[in-house]
Parts: sequence; structure tokens; C-alpha cells
Amino acid sequence: MDALTLSRIQFAVTAGFHFLFVPLTLGLAVLLAWMECRWVATGERVYLRLTRFWGRLFLINFVLGVVTGLTLEFQFGMNWASFSRFVGDVFGFPLAVEATAAFFLESVSIGLWVFGWDRVSPRIHALAMVVLAFAVNFSALWILLANGWMQNPVGHTVTAGRAELTDLGAFLANPYGWLKFLHTVFAGYIVAAFFVMAVSAWHLLRGSEVDLFQRSFRMAARFGLAASLLVVLVGDFHGSEVGKAQPAKLAAMESLWETGRGVPFYLIVIPDEGKEANALELFGIPKMVSFLAYKDFDAAVRGLRDFRREDRPPVTLSFLGFRSMVGLGFVFVLLTALAVWFSRRGAFKAPPLLLKAIVYALPLPYLACQLGWMVAEVGRQPWIVYGLMRTADAVSPGLTAREAALSLGGFTVLYGILALVGVYLLRKYAQAGPAEV
Amino acid sequence: MDLSNLWFVLWGLLWIAYFVTDGFDLGVGILYPFLGRTEAERGAIRAAIGPVWDGNEVWLVIAGAMTFAAFPVLYAALFSSLYAAFFILLGALILRGTALEFRGKGTGRLWGRLWDGAFFTGSGLCAFLFGVAFGNVWRGLPLGPGGYEGSFFSLLNVYGLTTGLLFVVVFAAHGALWLALRLEGEAGGRARRVALRLWIAGSLLVLVFLVNSALYTHLYANYLTSPALMVLPALALASLFLQGTMIVKGLYGRAFAASCLVVALIFATAMAGMYPHLLPSRTAPPWGLTIYNAAAGEYTLRVMAAVALTVLPVVAAYQCWVYRVFSRPIKEEKIREEEGY
Repeated sequence: MDALTLSRIQFAVTAGFHFLFVPLTLGLAVLLAWMECRWVATGERVYLRLTRFWGRLFLINFVLGVVTGLTLEFQFGMNWASFSRFVGDVFGFPLAVEATAAFFLESVSIGLWVFGWDRVSPRIHALAMVVLAFAVNFSALWILLANGWMQNPVGHTVTAGRAELTDLGAFLANPYGWLKFLHTVFAGYIVAAFFVMAVSAWHLLRGSEVDLFQRSFRMAARFGLAASLLVVLVGDFHGSEVGKAQPAKLAAMESLWETGRGVPFYLIVIPDEGKEANALELFGIPKMVSFLAYKDFDAAVRGLRDFRREDRPPVTLSFLGFRSMVGLGFVFVLLTALAVWFSRRGAFKAPPLLLKAIVYALPLPYLACQLGWMVAEVGRQPWIVYGLMRTADAVSPGLTAREAALSLGGFTVLYGILALVGVYLLRKYAQAGPAEV
Repeated sequence: MDLSNLWFVLWGLLWIAYFVTDGFDLGVGILYPFLGRTEAERGAIRAAIGPVWDGNEVWLVIAGAMTFAAFPVLYAALFSSLYAAFFILLGALILRGTALEFRGKGTGRLWGRLWDGAFFTGSGLCAFLFGVAFGNVWRGLPLGPGGYEGSFFSLLNVYGLTTGLLFVVVFAAHGALWLALRLEGEAGGRARRVALRLWIAGSLLVLVFLVNSALYTHLYANYLTSPALMVLPALALASLFLQGTMIVKGLYGRAFAASCLVVALIFATAMAGMYPHLLPSRTAPPWGLTIYNAAAGEYTLRVMAAVALTVLPVVAAYQCWVYRVFSRPIKEEKIREEEGY
């Protein structure tokens, strides 16, 4: 394999691995801030115990997110030097703001929170978690504005072979970036909600610390239902934005080959990329794709054949990724709605079957996040910056296949070990249950 | 001062902030197996940097991201040229961060040994590789029309290696002084004793560095044309002297402050010699990078300067306040197992 292919795999591995930890951080920080503020407001000890218990799991996850983020910060320069040279002017800006304004706040706050229990007042301590929750989400905003620009470049001109920032306002108001931000953080909230529900359900099934885990289950269920509904809503807007900004990605996500008006939505589709058609299309809902993409039943939707072969993204991956993600999204709405209903205040009677289902559903929101990124990034191919730069032209010119293979192997082994240790520790502390405080 | 010059100064200051802050916790990692002999002592050493190391490391992320935004051409050339070195550096940073968090969370001898090893090795490698990397930047890289024309092993030249060693020893002394301030008990005593020896070794290496810079680099060219710059190395040596005096007197707070100045001024000395270069080419000078041919457009530079000059003071003040919160020394018995993040 050449340096380009290896670098692409390495980016997928390192970014995908980083994003195993980020979503839980995004959501659990918010839940922890909620728990600790209730402890300060009510003085009920159970909220302090909840904060401590979930806080420890939060930290194990948090550090893995932080250290794997370092790789992403420098990898653009290491493997994607031509990209960095071309876009640094525009793309480096949100990364720098993220580091300065958001990541800094979060890293200083985390030290204060972990070690500050006896050093600052409970109010200040709770405030540290509120600041942390704000900072991690603020961090996501800047990263996704950066990615949003790669998806839908705005506010720049290209001069002398380089993109230059010309309009800060346009860059900051990029609808693609904002929709991506909302979609991503709500997805993170779903991961956190399922994480808390699943661990709580595991303990409830064993009858340990019933009062405490009913509370965290109830909080997470409500949080999760709100997030699941929002993710679907934002996802719908986001789909329309994709249709406007990247019609080829939309066509690939729907595996739509022929351009047409009033395009139907088929429940079951098997794409055949070789024949440039679908091998199977079953159970059509008339005009649904046109409506979903453009809010108009008769809107024209461009098919893949309308794009030159070299401008089309891989269809099967984009299509399957998108379908599975959307399907999972509806599973989350259903499960969290049931969880909210059965965990009503004063009437907690979640049946063991539901609790078990939620324990086993824990990997699903993680999977949905990975699939979402696959659609976003694979669907943007062959472009690294949509319409401006091809991925094939972005790799570092001096990078040899041997170097890339060594670093890919190194990261894979290192991350594999970290994943094993991380899962082991999360399991250990999740099962150990809360300590007395 | 035009924007490119302003950014040269800001860029240097960001790296200084990184080395002054993370420098001591890297140094603590280097000294960790030697100063911490019992389980309790090791716990106390980790706790001495626990609340602050992550905040310190942010300066690296800021320096990296600001390089990307302000000098995108440098960001692209530097990290792709030094690919293998930065790959190992990332691995080391990842390992030591994880070790600090996970060490206290498991049980058993093997668990402790493995993470202790990761913390020590990761910290040492980081300090050394940053020295090698900046040593080679100051010396100049073989850059030509095709980009970087060297390999990982061509970084391991005399100047690169001695600069790597300089970073390791200066950071170790920096870390010893931090521990001297923060630890009580026997480990604290050991830190105070080792500080003087490290200071002597560090001073020798600073002299070697200053001589080597004349032999292997062009860093002194600016000093010949603008002798006023001599104030930087003069202050560096004065701080070094002050640091030694304070260690001998047992005034560790002042010695640590002097140590911060030493780290900052050595870096500033080299950077002043670089100006206006960012990444000189030692084989084909026109292919080297300067603050002019590597900078972002003026609009980005202006926006970024506004962000840096307004946001950085606020977050830095927050960081200082957290340092104050944790300024009381640590007693070993007070470390709880769960604290260890």
C-alpha cells in the first residue's frame, strides 16, 4: 500500500478511536454538572455519591479522550502536509481557538475538580464541573466548525494555491458546521444517557443500591429521550443541508443512481456499484426522498450517474452507514421513551426485560457515532475539502510508505492496549458500585 | 511591529509557556523511580503534579494549533519532516498521560510496575525528543526543493543529541525543585538533595549548548549585528547562577522561580538567534522557512492575534488561580487512592 492509503487508514483508526471517548465526555459532563448542582442545591447525600461514582468513570474515559486527541492535533501536519499548507490559514484558526478557549478551560477545570474536593467550597467545586461541561461542548463547536468548513467551504478565497480566510462572519455562521455540531453533541448525549442507564440497569437487576441507581437511571432516561428526539430533528435539517452543499453525498447516502423528480424512498435497497444501479429496490414510499431532502414532494434529486465517476463517493459504505445510523436513531427514541415511562417518579417499575435490553444496547450508540462519521467522511470523498482539494493531493509529499506503515502499526497496537485497559477499568469501577462518602 | 513579527514573538512565548510549565512535570516523571521508593512516596509524587499536568500540556496543544493557524507552511513542513520523531513523541505523551491516570486505579505489583515504567519512559522520551527536535530546528534541516532530505537518524547529530540531553537534565532539575517545594517526608528530602547535583549537570550542559551553538549553528549571527540581544543569554546565565545560589541556601521557592527563568531564557536565546527564520535549511537556504514565507494571510494573523491577546490572559489567570488553590504541600498519608486522575 502507498503512503496515501496508509495515511487514510491511520486517520480513520486514530480519529475513530478518539471518537469512542469523546461522546461520553460530552454527555456525561452535562449529567455530572446536573448531579453535582443538585447536591449543592438540596444537600441530599445521594447526589454527592452519584457525582463521585459517575465522576470516577468519567475520568477514566476523559483521559483517553485527551491523550488520543493529541494525535489528531499533529497528524494533519505529519501525514497531510499538502492539506495543511493549503488550508492552514482557514482550518488552523478554529483549531487554535479550540485549544486556547475551550481545551484550556477544560484541562484546568479537570485538575481542580479531581483534586479540589477538600480545597474549595462545594459551590466552587460544582462550578468547576459546570465550566468543564461548557468547555467540552464549546470545544466540539470549534472542531465541528473546522470539519464543517471541509464539508462546505465558505468565507475564503483561493490565491496562489492556498485558501485564505477573508470573511470571519461567514466562516462562523456556516450552517453545515452548526448542524454538525448540534447533531454530534446530541449524539454524544445519547451515548452518555445509554452509558448511565446501562450501568444503572445492571445494578438494578442485581438489586444493589436501588434508590441511587433508580435516580441516575431516571435522570439519564430523560436526558436520553430529549437528546434522541433532538438528534432526529437536527439530523433531518442536516440531511437537507447535505442535499444543498454536497449532492453527490446525498445521492450516495440514498444509493440513488438516476436523477429524477418526486424520488421514492425504498425501505430495502441493495446497491451494485459495478452496474451503477441498485440490484434490489423493495417497498417504496412515493416521493419521500425528494421530500426528506428538499421538503418538497416533487423536488428534483440528482442521481450518482449525473456525477463523473471520479467525483463520486464510495456508494455502499455511505449508503449502509447512513441507513444503519438512521435505524439506530429510531431505536434510541423507542428505548429512551420506554425508559422514561417506566422510571416515572414515585412509580419506578421498569421490567427486567427492558433493563436487560438497555444493558445490551450499550454498544449501539457508540456504533451509531462511528457510522455517522463514516457517512460524513467517506461520503465527502474523493474530496478532502469539498470541491477545493482532493484527498489524493493532500498527503505529505515526503512521507514514505514504510514510515506510514510503521506509525499505523504503532498507533494500532498502542490504541488496542489502551482500549483493553480502558474497558477493563470502566467495567471494574462500574461494577464495584458507589463508595460511601 | 508588523503582524509576522508579532507572531514570531507570540509563537516563541507559547513554546516558552509550554516548556516552563510542562517542563517540571516531565522532570518529575524522569525523577519518579529514583525519588519514590515506597508506594506511598510514589503516590505523593504523582499527586504533586496531578492537579496541574493536564493544564500544562494544553500549552503544547495551543502552541501546535497556533503554529497551524499562524504559520501553516511551518506546521506542514516541521511535522512531516520530523515524522518519526513526532510519532514517537506522541506515543510517549499518550503513555505518560494514561499512566498518570491509570496507575492508581488497578492493583497488583505488575500493574504498578508497568505504569510506573510508562510514566518514567514517556516523560524522559518527551523531554529528550523535544530537545532533539528543537536542536535540529535551530541547527537547520536539510530542506530542498523536494522537502525534507534527511531521515530520522540524521536528527541524531551531535548538536541534536546534546540539546536533547540539555532538555532532559534542565527539566529534571526543574522537576526536582517543584517536588522540593511540594513534598514533605523522605521523598521531599531526596528531591532537595538531588536538585543541586542536577543543577551542576544542567549548568555544564548549558555551557556545552552555548559553545555548540557557535560550532554547529548560525544562531550567533543576529547577536553580532545586534549586540543588545546579548541581554538574553546574559540573563539566562544570571538566572542559572541565581538558581544554584538559592538551592544552596535552601530557598526552594526562589530556586524554582529562577529555574523557570532559566528554561524561558535559554529558549529565548535560541529563538532570538533564529529570527527571522522559523525552519532554516542547512543545505539550500532559499528553501528554508521564515516568518514571511511561512505565515498565514494578514487577515488570519490579525484575527488570531486578537484571539490570543484577549483569551490567553483570561485562561492563564484561571490556571494561576488553580495553582494557588493547590499551593499547600502534600502529606503522603493524605493521598487517597481515588485521587489519581
